[in-house]
Amino acid sequence: MEISSAQGLLELCESHHQSLPEVVAAYEAFRTNSSVETVWTEMERTLEVMRTSVQNGMKDRGDLAHIIKGYGYLFKEADAKGQLLGGELFKKIILYSLSVGQYNASLGRIVACPTAGSCGVVPGALLAVAEELGSSDQEVVDSLFVVGGVGIVSAAQGPISGAEGGCQAECGVASAMAAGAITYLAGGTPDQVFQAASLALQSHLGLVCDPLASLVEVPCVTRNATSAVSAVVAANMALAGIPAVIPYDETVVAMKLIGKALPESLRETSQGGLATTPTGKRIYAEMRAKHSL
Amino acid sequence: MARISLFDIVGPIMVGPSSSHTAGAVRLGLATRRILGEDVRKATISLHGSFAATYWGHRTDVALIAGLLGMGMADKRIPQALELAQARGLDYSFHSVNLGDVHPNSVEIQAHGEHGKLTVRGASIGGGRIRLFSIDGFEVSVDGTYTVLMTKHRDEPGVIAEITRVLALHGINIAFLDVSRKMRGSEAMLLAETDDPIPTEVIEHVQRLPGVLMVRSLPCF
Repeated sequence: MEISSAQGLLELCESHHQSLPEVVAAYEAFRTNSSVETVWTEMERTLEVMRTSVQNGMKDRGDLAHIIKGYGYLFKEADAKGQLLGGELFKKIILYSLSVGQYNASLGRIVACPTAGSCGVVPGALLAVAEELGSSDQEVVDSLFVVGGVGIVSAAQGPISGAEGGCQAECGVASAMAAGAITYLAGGTPDQVFQAASLALQSHLGLVCDPLASLVEVPCVTRNATSAVSAVVAANMALAGIPAVIPYDETVVAMKLIGKALPESLRETSQGGLATTPTGKRIYAEMRAKHSL
Repeated sequence: MARISLFDIVGPIMVGPSSSHTAGAVRLGLATRRILGEDVRKATISLHGSFAATYWGHRTDVALIAGLLGMGMADKRIPQALELAQARGLDYSFHSVNLGDVHPNSVEIQAHGEHGKLTVRGASIGGGRIRLFSIDGFEVSVDGTYTVLMTKHRDEPGVIAEITRVLALHGINIAFLDVSRKMRGSEAMLLAETDDPIPTEVIEHVQRLPGVLMVRSLPCF
């Protein structure tokens, strides 16, 4: 059993008369020579870690982080004071994704999804939407298999690291994974799942990886929040029947080729972009002065 | 192409901030601890390339020590690893080194226990995955996908046959086998990656074989 493209995954669903989560769970059970129950239990544990990282991240003041200090906390405080714009779902997505990103920077335990640098996107978007919809735990675990399905077909056809593909390969793919899962959770068809994934990734094409001082902090954590919101925008468009036009598999290949065309300075080396702005350089110099072997 | 692991995509569950500089570093430390087979008393750690340049930002130092103390990459105590090392009497030092034409995220760890010592070189190759490429000066390639039986033995006829016979006797299938030596007739190393876990009695049996100088097992990690 092989999952190497969105088209192939959709065909498996059809030929086996199974849902996306069922096919992905069966794939992993087959791959590891274990049972669907074992795989399911591992995914429940993964959900638990995601939820805990959201809760802990909201309280985190960033004592162990270098540059960013309490982003989730700040957002929550401002919301409590009524200073923020938008509805509950919108604010919750931003709050959750910032919290997980902050927690990661503070040496907290997170689920890399697909990477540590993009770990706030899926929990931010998915958990906020699940609460909005009143989804059961079983439904949320199911949708995490959809997250995995979109991720696996992405990794099979393109990069999922900033060093290879820039931020489009991390936050972009994470946004696609989240968009697909949200679409599933909201009752979308398997085809709409990948329309949403494609729309989300299309909005990230060309995004470079240019972190300050090689840290997973600026602009990564705030970008996680933007990518999480984009996932819901994409899901809504797909649910409305707006087509991605370019199928997900082709969008992934386009992302890969764009990644190859990016200079190395914009692929996680901190040699370009925001990292080499005057402020970026100053922050790096300050960090280096504090720590050297 | 190997099938992609679901929980490498929705996961791994790890302590941040970086899968290659933090999670991978924990695993490099843990692998070293497991091969040594006892508590680490002293560790001399030399960071190469990107590890040396960015270790402070991603707490690569803390992560390596956490691994040497026996923690896995999801262990919540990782942030306190340096304090724990002090409490447990693990004496460590960090240095910068040029290991030559190797992966940018490479490290050399010299680990001493009460009974033995070990020098490991390895790299964190992305997403928390690692590869050990040298153990005590022997060139190896271990990525933790399989359980590994490792021996140091005299380079003479029949020793390898005896070792593999013991594995067969216990129903352990060898997936990959790698042998190397520094010089003809001197000390040699065997690395057997197996499909099955290696019980203690197998280690003890191999240890008793003529010509075998040292045996370790490294569970997949």
